[in-house]
Amino acid sequence: MAAPLVSAPKRVRRGDVFEVKTLISHPMETGFRPGTNGTIIPRDIVQKMRCRFAGEAVFDLELSPAISANPYFIFYVRAETGGALEIEWTGDNGFSASYSALILVE
Amino acid sequence: MTIAITRRMLIGGLAVSLVPVRANATPETMQAAIADATGGRALREGKVTLDIQPLIDNGNTVPMRVRVDSTMTGVDRVKALHVFNEKNPQPHVLSVRFGPRAGRAEIATRIKLADTQKVIAVAEMEDGTLWTAAIDVIVTIAACIEGLE
Amino acid sequence: MIMRKPVAALLLASMAAAAFAQAPADTRRSGFDDMSPALQAIQMDDFANPAALWLAEGEAQWNTRTGSAGKSCADCHGTPATMRGVAARFPAFDTTLANVIDLDAKIDDCRTRRQGAASPPHESRARVALEAFVAHQSRGMPITSAAEPHLDASVAAGARIFRQRMGQIDLSCAQCHDERAGRHLAGTAIPQGHPTGYPVYRSEWQAVGTLQRRLRNCLSGVRAQPYAFGSPEMIALEAFLMRRAAGMKLETPGVRP
Repeated sequence: MAAPLVSAPKRVRRGDVFEVKTLISHPMETGFRPGTNGTIIPRDIVQKMRCRFAGEAVFDLELSPAISANPYFIFYVRAETGGALEIEWTGDNGFSASYSALILVE
Repeated sequence: MTIAITRRMLIGGLAVSLVPVRANATPETMQAAIADATGGRALREGKVTLDIQPLIDNGNTVPMRVRVDSTMTGVDRVKALHVFNEKNPQPHVLSVRFGPRAGRAEIATRIKLADTQKVIAVAEMEDGTLWTAAIDVIVTIAACIEGLE
Repeated sequence: MIMRKPVAALLLASMAAAAFAQAPADTRRSGFDDMSPALQAIQMDDFANPAALWLAEGEAQWNTRTGSAGKSCADCHGTPATMRGVAARFPAFDTTLANVIDLDAKIDDCRTRRQGAASPPHESRARVALEAFVAHQSRGMPITSAAEPHLDASVAAGARIFRQRMGQIDLSCAQCHDERAGRHLAGTAIPQGHPTGYPVYRSEWQAVGTLQRRLRNCLSGVRAQPYAFGSPEMIALEAFLMRRAAGMKLETPGVRP
């Protein structure tokens, strides 16, 4: 599976709000679909996505089977002090992925 | 030689209809899920904008954007935002709890809608008030969906 | 001043002649034109298009040494830009294999013969990702495949299959995609069926897949036995569809319902 793709600015001005886009490979199998032999394919979803900036919470997100495969999110972060933009995804069957990049606030 | 493609042919032929019957979310179970997330407090219409195109050609990929009219400061701060649906197997779509670094009470994603139905967003403000918006979405099914092999 | 009228008349006459000489307007439509604005917006934004994940994997493969030869695609071909225009030319006659093959088969030949690597299964993520990455280099280029005379027999065979009624539903490709294109089937617009976006991210699949996968969907849709991946019938259908779409622009990776 490919690493998460994240689009975020490298530097922003203090007090600005910046946009972040994320795309991650995941089947988001609902747990409601029958497979070829008629039995239900077990649920396999990303359950949580967390975002932190400079150590402080941006959001905690709970996903459900109603989120499309290869989850895509756009959200907004307020720049106060610079630091790492950290995003974590966790889910069924021990799924976990993460992203971290420094963003300069000036 | 031409032939007419009838609705009956589609139902009998092209649509895969061997999905077992199950209890899907209903307006009642959606209301129960909303009550569960909000402690059953009163909802007021307003502040929330829920954007979904009204006509969707495949329910697997439905772009959605939710935003709340808020400065994200003081009592005007949005603590959480929830999205629910009426007719998927489960009523819950997503819940997001905003932290101090949230720039806006806004999030966009893509969701699955099993059928034509209502989608509802609920925002929970710092002062405890609850605000809501709803939208009706028509989902047309894809023809010639992949058979199980 | 005296000349004015005759000149004007001549001009008008020549303009009318030019209009008559012009080919009839091209009424061909990519599947892109027939889908919802929501899906169009996803295709038009490279980051929103989930196929970006497949392209990233394809790019990683391009640069990874593999197989008994220990070579990457880049070791022989250089930058991905060298692939510009390649997808627009396939299916093509391959002189080494003495056969008409599609882009997937060409890449697989390279992978097995030049790299000495194992051939991943058809429609596996690795196989589709590399084809999508290679085809993506030709985005915006007009389809030129099937122009060469070597392909005539294959194109003719594909045209026959396209018009042949088949399956329990007893429908031909042409009955939907020529005769009823633009009308609706189960609420969805019937496209003309041009292979402009392949490999595509299809919402129905929630994944990127090839033209052959799409053709097999259609075949199982009319309850016919789908042709095997890589079979001569599949290549013939691809060759016919690419000639039918000659001049239309490649969109890879397209997004479709």
